Amino acid sequence: MKFIDEYRDAEQASHYARALARLVTRPWTVMEVCGGQTHAIVKFGIDELLPKAVTLVHGPGCPVCVTPLEIIDKAIEIAARPGVMFCSFGDMLRVPGSKCDLFTVKSAGGDVRIVYSPTDAVKLAQEHPDQQVVFFGVGFETTAPPNAMAVFQAHRLGLKNFSMLVSHVLVPPAMEAILSSPTNRVQGFLAAGHVCTVMGYEEYEPLARRHRVPIVVTGFEPVDILQGVFMVLQQLESGRAEVENQYARSVRREGNLPARQILREVFEIVPRKWRGIGEIPQSGLGLRPPYDAYDAEKRFGVADYRTEESTECISGLILQGVKKPHECSAFGTRCTPEHPLGATMVSSEGACAAYYRYRRRPA
Amino acid sequence: MPTDFNLSCPIPIQDYPSIQLAHGGGGKLMQQLIDKLIAPAFKNPLLDQKHDGAVIDLGAHRIAFTTDSYVVHPLFFPGGDIGALAVNGTVNDLAMCGARARWLSCGLIIEEGLPMDTLWRVVQSMQKAVAIAGVQLVTGDTKVVDRGRGHGLFINTAGIGVVEHPITIAPGRVRPGDAVLISGDVGRHGMAIMSVREGLQFEAAIESDCAPLVAPVMALLEAGVEVHCLRDLTRGGLVSALNEIADVARVQVSVEENAIPVEEPVRGACEILGFDPLYVANEGRFVAFVAAGDAERALALLRAQPGGENAARIGSATAASTGLVTMKSRIGASRILDVLSGEQLPRIC
Repeated sequence: MKFIDEYRDAEQASHYARALARLVTRPWTVMEVCGGQTHAIVKFGIDELLPKAVTLVHGPGCPVCVTPLEIIDKAIEIAARPGVMFCSFGDMLRVPGSKCDLFTVKSAGGDVRIVYSPTDAVKLAQEHPDQQVVFFGVGFETTAPPNAMAVFQAHRLGLKNFSMLVSHVLVPPAMEAILSSPTNRVQGFLAAGHVCTVMGYEEYEPLARRHRVPIVVTGFEPVDILQGVFMVLQQLESGRAEVENQYARSVRREGNLPARQILREVFEIVPRKWRGIGEIPQSGLGLRPPYDAYDAEKRFGVADYRTEESTECISGLILQGVKKPHECSAFGTRCTPEHPLGATMVSSEGACAAYYRYRRRPA
Repeated sequence: MPTDFNLSCPIPIQDYPSIQLAHGGGGKLMQQLIDKLIAPAFKNPLLDQKHDGAVIDLGAHRIAFTTDSYVVHPLFFPGGDIGALAVNGTVNDLAMCGARARWLSCGLIIEEGLPMDTLWRVVQSMQKAVAIAGVQLVTGDTKVVDRGRGHGLFINTAGIGVVEHPITIAPGRVRPGDAVLISGDVGRHGMAIMSVREGLQFEAAIESDCAPLVAPVMALLEAGVEVHCLRDLTRGGLVSALNEIADVARVQVSVEENAIPVEEPVRGACEILGFDPLYVANEGRFVAFVAAGDAERALALLRAQPGGENAARIGSATAASTGLVTMKSRIGASRILDVLSGEQLPRIC
């Protein structure tokens, strides 16, 4: 497959593995921010090709994992109401709230639907004027523009029966939070290629300067990731701390300007709670006037809902790269994909689920 | 008088107080439901073999017996329909026991309001499928349920086949060293269904692989290939089938990602949705565990079958173990291939 196969090439991969072995002179810790990268690293066994001195830690970049428990509870509360058609991307349905998940709501008779695009939910609202159609708008800067477009369209169509439960989060404030933490051990970052496709990478430049960390915008295939790691380590070994772009086939410095435009039109920057991490200032997106009329939290009166997280789950430490999944005492025993204690075990992009699925026993 | 009936539900109620869709997804939840709640209630040596069907020794003959229900939606999809599926699925389960299917039953559960023409098209398709598979539909049942209480049409078929050779084909016969062969490329059926069910337009149309597997299986057996185990790849795809066999046979199964055939349109569609084709459903593919010495000959026989040109040797059963399936990835690293909890879900990004 074009644009895929060349980046899964074994020759290219071992070329970078050899180059890395020659380059590295001491221990380094690098974080990949995006859940898609974590998944690829574990699935293809990319970390096995790295020199022992290089540790990859897995960042807070899985949209399912960082969505706070109380938002899931709000979704469940709204979806269970009569007259509501609740639309979501597939993998949010299995995320446990404090009592059940959206699949349970569905099996109890709730109208919960998997859609592939938020604009499909707008279409459903047009087709079912007697029902309240709610879309579950979660994710990073990647899913935000289509969600913004859906609200924009609903507004233009004057739809009174469409709303969105919004829990959008932003990558740079999370990186800032990790770097500012006293327990931080991350010395360089692979920035998420898809997020930067939308947003560009200007906003990472002050981060790299202020914290003296190299940041390399990186793609998602094995050769992309190996090259990204190589570029970070070249900087670390030579004492540089800059923003570089490995994923140039998709990312430009200024990003996708029309996508950024629709984001500014519909959303504003707000504080957001992250599952396992807590509230990070200026770290999320919320609907701004006049689009806040489509805010499902307000429409269904669930804005004040509060839920506390399980104390046994260490997903917060995992999302910050402080611990690895197998260092958790519940991993693989009290916490499995069938009975997850926290979201990092639920989503296929979550670090715990990826470890469980691909290497819970030594191969 | 039986005194030890266990009256409390063996699946802890707090985990799943009601049935979820994932309980039918071919993954771990379904296995748990069967292993903990259903199979123990009917425990017997035939059921305990955990095969696609039961092989019953009648003294002079051995017969195989199996059943399956078909609830596919939509009823018609590229490359097949519920009727062809209902015949081929049961014929294939019998073939996996090394049996030639002979007689089928058919139960139709029809929803009130189903267009007569639709039912006729399904019946015609079944008629064609039984002719191709060389079986007779010898008994049946028809029920109509209220509108809204069915999904158009559900079909159950059961089948009896005759085992015409003395070999036992079952997961328990797999030995370390066996070669693992696959009869063709994987992932077509599941992605064909996705494309029509969800209205997704892919660059190239994907057709289901729905087909009877009698001919390729009989080709192996008639040529005297030392076949140890056969399993058709349905729900849960290749990975679930390999795990089921590894688990019962207590061997490790090791496969190579590069060797597993996946056609370009299926790979593309899977990339878009974040699916792994190795977990996607098939309806006309099987894996064969054969003695290593017979692997090349078996492969040539499979490739000579119509539609079998993509047949491949994908790995082997290695040392006796706790039933692990591992795969060497494209870039050379090794990882576990585990069974999913339920069905694959399209990812957010």
